[in-house]
Order: sequence, then structure tokens, then C-alpha cells
Amino acid sequence: MMSNLTSTERARAMLITVAGVLIGLTMAAVGRNDPMGAHGWIVLLFCGVLFFLVAQTLYDAEPVEDRSTSYYDDPTKVGILLALFWAVVAMGMGVWVASQLAWPDLRFDAAWSSFGRIRPVHTSGVIFGFGGNALIATSYHIMQRTSRARMPDQVSPWFVLLGFNLFCVVAASGYLMGITQSKEYAEPEWYADLWLVIVWVVYFILYIRTLARRNEPHIYVANWYYLSFILVVAILHIVNNLAVPASFSGAKSYSAFAGVQDAMVQWWYGHNAVAFFLTTGFLGMLYYFLPKRAGRPIYSYRLSILSFWGIVFFYIWVGSHHLHYTALPQWVQTLGVTFSVMLLVPSWASAGNALMTLNGAWHKVRDDATLRFMMVAAVFYGLSTFEGSFMAIRPVNALSHYTDWTVGHVHSGAMGWVAMITFGSIYALTPMLWRRETMYSWKAVEWHFWLALSGTVIYIFAMWNSGITQGLMWRTYTESGTLRFSFVDTLIAMHPYYIARAFGGLLFFAGACICFWNVVMTIRRVPNHAPEADYPTIPEAMEPAVPAAE
Amino acid sequence: MDMTHEWYVALSKSFGLFWLLGLSVAITAYAFWPSLGGRFDKAANSILDDEDGPAQPTAGKLEGKVCR
Repeated sequence: MMSNLTSTERARAMLITVAGVLIGLTMAAVGRNDPMGAHGWIVLLFCGVLFFLVAQTLYDAEPVEDRSTSYYDDPTKVGILLALFWAVVAMGMGVWVASQLAWPDLRFDAAWSSFGRIRPVHTSGVIFGFGGNALIATSYHIMQRTSRARMPDQVSPWFVLLGFNLFCVVAASGYLMGITQSKEYAEPEWYADLWLVIVWVVYFILYIRTLARRNEPHIYVANWYYLSFILVVAILHIVNNLAVPASFSGAKSYSAFAGVQDAMVQWWYGHNAVAFFLTTGFLGMLYYFLPKRAGRPIYSYRLSILSFWGIVFFYIWVGSHHLHYTALPQWVQTLGVTFSVMLLVPSWASAGNALMTLNGAWHKVRDDATLRFMMVAAVFYGLSTFEGSFMAIRPVNALSHYTDWTVGHVHSGAMGWVAMITFGSIYALTPMLWRRETMYSWKAVEWHFWLALSGTVIYIFAMWNSGITQGLMWRTYTESGTLRFSFVDTLIAMHPYYIARAFGGLLFFAGACICFWNVVMTIRRVPNHAPEADYPTIPEAMEPAVPAAE
Repeated sequence: MDMTHEWYVALSKSFGLFWLLGLSVAITAYAFWPSLGGRFDKAANSILDDEDGPAQPTAGKLEGKVCR
């Protein structure tokens, strides 16, 4: 794979990895009395391994392929495999976290395995490891196809993909060591944050450079969604992580904001992480892979533009609905409610657009589990955005906030929408990317579909029941005006639901394992597809003008 | 000018309102502009058959003729 780089590119890649090794060494030396030192060794090892991978091929012959005739898909392939690797690790962690809530002894009394440390490994692992890698990989695929242009160089896509994974590794290992800045979905400390800024800026430039080379007059709408994901996540990440390190030799830092401002900035970030990391990028996937798989153009292209701007413009204001009944000014809370409710319009426009595209192709949905993944994703997108708008209304939020209902809502979006569209896209993409005739086992795709769907349904029903029970128990008073139920009473009431939730998660996790296995077997065992043409063929020369049978 | 709470409220109630209205009108006009229909249709259909590699400088006249 690395021998597809020219010798200049190999040298450039080696220089970057050497710089990484030096940074790692510096961190290890400066931070030797702090967990940051351990991170230094991890960075050193990560970059060292990459250095040797490139160095092995340094004296290989120059690649002979004509770059002007094909897309650059090597990083996409690695990105898909990394996404699936993270899915298995992070969903496995999720099952463990869920099981700890049902059976607390599963902590095994170690510090690193406590709930507060392994939960962020689960959340960051699925959001950034699985979701992020899938987004990067599919964006590489889509930006080149929709632009009919190859990426401008071969080093920066690797830098973005592997640099992002270095961030994920530093984040996950940091949580286990107890490094956190206690901001939801933004737990990694200052040096990891700085590194992500560099990676993200290179990603943005790469995308813009590819679009600048495009041979299509109009930029297909999926690219708009991906670009909003890249651009807004950069803004959110930089602002929310503004912090002053306590020292340059340690991981600890202090936020630039204090009190309710800090809370507001955090939830402005937090909800827009849901919006621009977990929604717009995946809508890009939906707008590309669903029409392609169904063999029909999107139902209304105009509506897709309208809902794009609606989502981008409304979402950015809704974060304050996480802070109802707090010290946040009332009008900011009301602003969050208003925009959350308005958000339903563009969200349902996208979900409806996707489902209307399938009109006339429902027989394909019935027969093809890959397309069914995408259809179910659109349905769950519609359901969870409705639920989200509903929960943002103050009186509903009074019941739902701080309960498991919120957890159920997040998972209805994350499992039902985000993971489903990702798995659907991976099944659509794998045979195309590796030029295989088909997936290794269609039966396994069916199994995965039904495991994922039943796991999601079990999970969210368990959390609805548990959340509403919890909320009602917390607000039940006796005649004398005291609380009717103690905290332990609510815990006992939750126990069966926690078991059901862990079981639902286990089913979903099993599906992800099957997917990983199926993709690996497809790459290893399925025979090559006769080249469908990743290069322009001249019909007269390659094939008879009329197929022989006619 | 003091960046007070009142100042932000006034800004969001005046400029914010017209910004929202103006942007909505501009985007709706763009999305439904009649003469752009052809371009949008072409874009929507362009992804259905895009595995034949980057466009070639000389291949313009061959486009759309590749047999599948």
C-alpha cells in the first residue's frame, strides 16, 4: 500500500513520522512525573511503527500507475477497517459499562475499570473511533466520485486518517489513566486537543483542494453536509477547548470559561457535536449511498438544499436546551426550545426525502439488507429528531432530564440512525472499493440487520420505561410534602431495565462483530470483480457494441 | 460600547431576527429558482454512475457512452 507512494511522498511521510517520534519523546521526557509521560511513549510508538512501515518501501520501485485515471482509495480502505475495529472495541466497552450498571461487581475493583473511566472510552470510541473513521473514509470516497477528480496528493489523506486515530488512541488511553477535562465528548486534555486542530485543518484543506479540482460544475449536496461537518466541528472544538494548561509538563488544564458560561459553551459544543459530528456528516452518507444503492436519484434535490441550510442554521442554537432550570438566563433557554422545535422541519424534510426516494424501490428494500439498513436509519432519524424536539420543551424536559430517557434518546439516534446508515454504507462500499463480486455472506448481512434492529428496539424501550419511571419516582411526594421514594428505591426499580439494556447492547455488539468478520472475509475470500472500470474505457475497444446475446 | 447582557439581548432581537428572515428568503429563492432545475437534476443523477474514474481532459465526448 505504501509502495503506491512516490519516493518524494515516502520521504515526506517519513519526515512527518520522525517529527511525531520527536514530539513523543519530548512529551515522555518533560512529562515523566505525570500521566502525560505515558502518552509520550504511546505517541512515540505509534509514529515509530508508521515510520518503519513507510521505511520498508523506501527503496521499492516507483509506482507506475497513471494517477490521472483512477481515484485514490487506499486510505478509504484502511479507514473502513479502522472504523470497524473501533466499533467492535467501543461497542464491547458499551456492553461492559451497561453490565456494570446492572451488576456493579463487574468493575473488578480496579481504578482504570471504574464506570467514570470506561464510559468515555465507550462514548469517544463509538463517536470518534467508529463514527469519525467512517466519516473520513466515506468522505474520501464521495469527494472524489462526486467531483470526478482524484485527491490532490497522497500524503495528506494518510496524515488526516492516521493522525485522527492517534488522537483517538491518546483519548481512550488517557481516560483509563484518569486524564479528563470533564467535558462531555470533549474529555481529552490540551495537547490532544491541539493535535486534533492540526489534523482537522489539514482535513479541511484536503477537502477544499479536491473540490477545487472538480470536473463537475455543481458541488453535489452530500459534499455540503460533509463540509459543514468539518468546518463547524473545527469551530466547536477550538472554542470549547480553550484552556490554560496548569503546566507544560502535565496533562491538567483549566477551562478559559467559568460557571454558567462554561456550562453554556460546553453544551453549545455538546449538542452541536450531535448535530455536526453525528448528523450532518452522516446525512452526507445518506444523500450519497441511499440514492446510489436504490438506483434512483434523490426524490427532491431542491428540498435537500433547503433542509441543509435549515439544519445548519437551526442546530447551532439549540444547545441551551441541555440547561433548562439552571442558572442560565431564561431567554437563552427559551431560545434553545424554540430552535429545537423549529429543527423538526428540516430534519423531517431529510428523513422524508430519503423515504420518498425509496418509493418505487420498495422491492429492493425487501430483498437487500444493505438498503434496508439505510431505510431503517432514515426512519430512526425521523423518530429521534421528533423525540429530541419534544424533550427540549421545558415541561417535558422537567420529567426527562437526568433520567435514562435521555440515554435512550441518544441511543435511538446513535444506534438506530448513525450506526445503521454507517453499516449500510459500509456494505454498499466494501465490494465496490475492493472490486469484489459481492459481500462474502449475504446471510450474515441479514443476521446483522436483525440483530442491530432488535438490539436497538430493546435498548430504547428499556430506557423509555426506566427513564419515565425514574422521573416520576423522583417527583412523587407524600402528603406531608416529603419525597416518597429514596434514591435506592429508584435503583431497585431500574434493575430489570438495566439488564434488558445490556442485553439489547449485546445484540447490537454481536451484529457489529459479524460485520467486521464479513468485511474481512469479503476482502480475503471473494473473487475479484471483472474491472467495472475505475478507468475510462473506450467502449469500441473493450466490449462489443451490442452484447453477444442480443 | 459595553458588552452587557442587555446589549446581547437587543442585538439578538433586532439584527438576529432580520438575519434569520433574510437568510431564509435567500436560501428558499436559491433552492427553488426555476432556471437552476436542470443543474440540480443533473447533479442528482450524476452519482448513480460514477465509478468510471476521474474525468479525463480528452474524454469529454466519451462521457455517458461507457457500456456497463
